Amino acid sequence: MARQLSRRTFMVYSLAASTLTLAAPIGCDTSSAEGAEAESARRPSDVLVTGTDAEMLVLEVTAANKVVVRLPRVEVGQGVTTAVAMMIAEELDARLADVDIPLADARAKGNQYTGGSSSVSSLYGPARELAATARAKLVTAAAKRWHLPPRSLRTRDTRVIAPDGRSATFGSLTASAARIHRPAVSSKPKPASRHRVIGRPTTRIDARDIVTGKAEYAGDLVVAEAQPTVVARPPTLGGKVVSVDDRVARAMPGVHAVVKVTGGVAVVAESFHHAFKARDALRITWAPGPLASLSDAAIRARLRAAVPRLGNPPRGSAQTEGEFEFAFVSHAPMEVLTAVADVRATRAEIWFSSQTPMDARESIASAVGLPKSTVKVHVIRGGGSFGRRLNHDAAIEAALISKAARRPVKLMWSRADDIRHGRMRPASHHRIRASHARGKVVAFVHSTASVSESYGQSGAAVQGGAIPAVTRAAGPLPSDSGLYNFGRVSGGSGSVELAMPLGAWRSVDSGTMRTAEEIVVDEVARSLGKDPVAFRRTTLRNKAVKAVLDKTASAGAWSRTMPAGQAQGVAVHEEYGSCVACLVEIDATDPKNPRVTKVVMAADVGTAVNPRGLEAQLMGTAIDGISTVLRAGLHIDRGAVRESSYADFHYARQRHAPLHFEAHIMPSRRDPGGAGELGVPAAAGAVANAYARATGTKPRRFPLNF
Amino acid sequence: MPSYSFVLNRKPVTVEAPTDMPLLWVLRDLLHVTGPKYGCGVGVCRACTSHLDGEEIQPCVVPVADCAGREVTTIEGLADGDKLHPVQQAWLGCDVAQCGFCQPGQIMAAAALLKKTARPTDADIDRIENVCRCGTYSRIREAIKKASANG
Repeated sequence: MARQLSRRTFMVYSLAASTLTLAAPIGCDTSSAEGAEAESARRPSDVLVTGTDAEMLVLEVTAANKVVVRLPRVEVGQGVTTAVAMMIAEELDARLADVDIPLADARAKGNQYTGGSSSVSSLYGPARELAATARAKLVTAAAKRWHLPPRSLRTRDTRVIAPDGRSATFGSLTASAARIHRPAVSSKPKPASRHRVIGRPTTRIDARDIVTGKAEYAGDLVVAEAQPTVVARPPTLGGKVVSVDDRVARAMPGVHAVVKVTGGVAVVAESFHHAFKARDALRITWAPGPLASLSDAAIRARLRAAVPRLGNPPRGSAQTEGEFEFAFVSHAPMEVLTAVADVRATRAEIWFSSQTPMDARESIASAVGLPKSTVKVHVIRGGGSFGRRLNHDAAIEAALISKAARRPVKLMWSRADDIRHGRMRPASHHRIRASHARGKVVAFVHSTASVSESYGQSGAAVQGGAIPAVTRAAGPLPSDSGLYNFGRVSGGSGSVELAMPLGAWRSVDSGTMRTAEEIVVDEVARSLGKDPVAFRRTTLRNKAVKAVLDKTASAGAWSRTMPAGQAQGVAVHEEYGSCVACLVEIDATDPKNPRVTKVVMAADVGTAVNPRGLEAQLMGTAIDGISTVLRAGLHIDRGAVRESSYADFHYARQRHAPLHFEAHIMPSRRDPGGAGELGVPAAAGAVANAYARATGTKPRRFPLNF
Repeated sequence: MPSYSFVLNRKPVTVEAPTDMPLLWVLRDLLHVTGPKYGCGVGVCRACTSHLDGEEIQPCVVPVADCAGREVTTIEGLADGDKLHPVQQAWLGCDVAQCGFCQPGQIMAAAALLKKTARPTDADIDRIENVCRCGTYSRIREAIKKASANG
């Protein structure tokens, strides 16, 4: 199992304010948390005097009895706002409905990164410390008001309660609590044994807004009088405008502006209908992009050639080998990229959904030639992301269009823009060899090559001149973690550089690498004459992984008899300080149209702050596994993406989803690990393994029906 | 510019719009009714799903001219004031949503299905084409069954 997060101490600061306002620094890990503490100890006045929320998680108790925490993360469906609201409600003894979690604007410093399944683990300490300190001050303020011993008071439902039954809302105490410097009761978070909110399945705090249509995404904002804007884009990736005749388009009713941008030609109009009509009336001559001679077959051949050699197997061993190919995959979040930009001569304001708003702010400032301090980035909830909003292509493009057109714009990529112009999970090729002797794996080697994005002039042009902030997550390859006792584990990686818009896709490299490895693990078991679950149980290193596997196998009735054409499959994965197992049942009676009928998952993520949210994440990763293994991918035909909507990018629909899904969450008192991406490799591996067992084939190229 | 009158969420509205302007953009850009979402513009993803005279439609491919004199219901008009529709209630009960972007369309599709088929089978539910990229399908299925049982 990956490292256990060490216990940390967090400093909590009081901010000068007329209401109780506290701040805690957040870092990615122990060292940065300690660093922030040390730095602030040297210059505490900065925080107290300015009241800035840079680098801080800030909690305010308002006079209206609301607890407001401006969150330096983005909500894209993963449920981080609900999880943080639960941590705050837990330690404050506030009603969940009284906790508001607005998303913080882009900050100048600190950790405002949403990615790597790190949000809950990075916020778990600071959020609870913050709320526990606030509670202690509120209790102290009430004790002073009532002249009662502080320890005799209780807190419940956003109130402080005296033994005689008197009570005061936090809101009524906030002004006096702001003046308390030394709380008279403990400001330590509760022990896990006293948790009443954390660990209890809880409905999303924004669920009602969503089901009533009130939840607002960037495209729903009415701000800055921004006008609907779309861009005519080239037929090929990275294609360029040679000439444009916009006379007809400009003369059309409702058209405000037509401007050339790096990625194509933008139309600003009074509605998206007018904008699309005018876009289609543009007469543009395009120069083909740099990949115009390249198609899938050539890309696959180059990838295969770029995989480093495996070397010689141990003498006397038998080999189980496989080569695997994964196609490009679109992120295709339901909400297409949308950004509102208002760029003026001396300042700019941008509204969009971003996993990396601090980087976005810098990139936007440099793109439009303004100092960073004059650029304001508002982070808006996103309609899905899956890694897509790590990059901020559309926001930079919107800013450049606003600057060129000299008016505020609401830029929306069409679905065809989204699928045809990226970003995408890179295609990859894998060569894996397990060497076994005397019934045991003695060496395991996995060499891989994937497409990587080249940033030549043409490559950058694809995305409005922007260099992406993040292309892949840092960290060791998951195969290095030694999930199995497989003797000597080794590998290498190569790459094929192409001017294509790529991006980290939920679970990043693990989504392909670990999927391929789990297929090989099944094939090794088969060649050793062992059951896939029994084989894993005896070769997995970690108890926690064995436990989730056992749970899945028993809950999913592993090895039950199934009719011909149907089968079960399993796979496991360990990452982000968490682990998961997945069992699927597939009906592949028609191998061209298989249906996953049942999915059973078990996960150990340490403390599951919101088990219902965790179950949702696992459910989503199950559908990702089903989609990417069976049907969803992108073809490259002569430098262009063939697919252009969900009609041909075959992400799963209801009829492809399991009729039965269950998730089991292992009880744990450990601090939380990561969970958002965890399930993808296990689900994908289990689907592939079930398909293999149902059809008697060896799945090698994904998606299988493509 | 032609003008079209129809009933939107129980209230009469009149808009001036080009004949071929899709209802989706009339709702979103002219009337600021933003519950119906753009997800593809070609009637495939169904994130904009709403009702026309009680029947399911995809406003991104229905011209405003086709709505004249008829009754349009979007997600904003499904509840009866503060009293949620049984499908919305079931969606809350099952905590269906993740990012939430497709859910107005999913809910409107489910409500239209239940109106025609009070006790839908798994096969009936499988015929719902609305895409959910977060993969909430299992909870959607559960919520439809729950709404059916309560409805």
